[in-house]
Amino acid sequence: MAALVIAEHDNASLKGSTLNTVTAAIQCGGDVHILIAGHNCGGAAEAAAKIAGVAKVLVADAAQFADGLAENVAAQVVALASNYSHILAPATAYGKNIAPRVAAQLDVGQVSEITKVDSPDTFERPIYAGNAIATVQSTDATKVITVRTTGFDAAATGGSAAVENVTAVADSGKSSFVGRELAKSDRPELTAAKVIVSGGRGMGSGDAFKILEPLADKLGAAMGASRAAVDAGYVPNDWQVGQTGKIVAPQLYIAVGISGAIQHLAGMKDSKTIVAINKDPEAPIFSVADYGIVGDLFELVPQLVKELG
Amino acid sequence: MKVLVPVKRVVDFNVKVRVKSDGSGVDIANVKMSMNPFDEIAVEEAMRLKEAGKVTEVIAVSCGVTQCQETLRTAMAIGADRAILVETTEELQPLAVAKLLKALADKEQPQLIILGKQAIDDDCNQTGQMLAALLGWPQATFASKVVLDDGKATVTREVDGGLETVALTLPAIVTTDLRLNEPRYVTLPNIMKAKKKPLEIVKPADLNVDVTPRLKTLKVVEPAKRSAGIIVKDIATLVSKLKNEAKVI
Repeated sequence: MAALVIAEHDNASLKGSTLNTVTAAIQCGGDVHILIAGHNCGGAAEAAAKIAGVAKVLVADAAQFADGLAENVAAQVVALASNYSHILAPATAYGKNIAPRVAAQLDVGQVSEITKVDSPDTFERPIYAGNAIATVQSTDATKVITVRTTGFDAAATGGSAAVENVTAVADSGKSSFVGRELAKSDRPELTAAKVIVSGGRGMGSGDAFKILEPLADKLGAAMGASRAAVDAGYVPNDWQVGQTGKIVAPQLYIAVGISGAIQHLAGMKDSKTIVAINKDPEAPIFSVADYGIVGDLFELVPQLVKELG
Repeated sequence: MKVLVPVKRVVDFNVKVRVKSDGSGVDIANVKMSMNPFDEIAVEEAMRLKEAGKVTEVIAVSCGVTQCQETLRTAMAIGADRAILVETTEELQPLAVAKLLKALADKEQPQLIILGKQAIDDDCNQTGQMLAALLGWPQATFASKVVLDDGKATVTREVDGGLETVALTLPAIVTTDLRLNEPRYVTLPNIMKAKKKPLEIVKPADLNVDVTPRLKTLKVVEPAKRSAGIIVKDIATLVSKLKNEAKVI
């Protein structure tokens, strides 16, 4: 029994999500190997070899892996799959793109976004945007799994795994990488942020969101919004936190002028600490908030910025 | 060129689901059901491609119980030309759905299949990628922009930290993300028109697909509850609590 972790990396370095995935792989019980499918990816391979608990690093280095195209990376994983009882990838845009392709090619089901390993074939995963937790048992010979990174600690460094080159599979020739445009914002991404400041319909207008900016600046926070604020056209759709938007679990979530519709709560209720600012003392958001403050957000938010110093 | 759009009937996104007391699952009796929101975006995108003259026919497909016909009628009210229901009362997991869709794709020969990136009930995010693998087609998941030209699809994808663009040779799979479009409201005349559009019903056995589940659900429980919070009287108290009690700033 051994587990293969599909590493998320940018060739030069490993993404943090790989470390959480290794922890889940270790909990599955066998040896843990990591696959680095990339191009000129020595930096990522070196970092992978230093992760504690990893027995072997497999490197598939070829031009067709340079940009992580799912068709090529999945084919590489399938070529190695017969040696493994478990194949794990982080439940990030990268891992979610690849893992189901691997599962289908192996004719096995996939266990998505696990938050806990109960035994080598039994896992816990949230469903209905976290409103229920299912315990599922895989009946397939190979377990293909994506790992919710917030559910597992990052693996430690200090290991010294062997690095082995593997034969690269051929380019599928059906897809090609055109370009990448990474967000230039100085703010962190919503799904990776430690602090999130979100506004709701109570903001009243798109312009009003400007008063949240100094607060976000002060806290190094990402900015989000409720669906109501998005539907009202105040902010773009990619700010949306909720069941139909982004699911987030930051250390601190500050909900400003958000009433707390079910679909919004589903997307943020796993945050460590929730603060709600709302003028309606009956707003449902107060039922999930650790700290609530009732009043006019246009007075309270500037006060909060000032108090933070 | 034909486009296939699979749609799933799910618990409406505004409904708060309740876990059954025996831990066997989620109680969906007598709750409002709707089309999965990401699938609505998929139907809308197919319609926009048709209205732009890139596509000639849009076929909506659903897999599941008889009532999925309502979901297909909604897809046809948005504008799909016809619909196919793979009817079964069996529990369908993503791999089984992907196999059913592959069988239909083999028959219908679409050049493009647009799916929602994930269903808001099981939150699997698997079917599109699995279908792409079974068909041996390229894929672009989490699309925020789709351009069809010269036998290829150029798709902008939402990835962590920004956007990425890939070019796929057709036939291909696209899965939708939130920013791709805003679905239109269905109008009453279109709902009436949809009632007259053709809806074909087939069974998994007709397609020679074994839909046996691969995952057994052992139990479903409520997530850990948040303990009740407090209302603080002013901003100074709030900041002090955040610093000293929650230790998050």
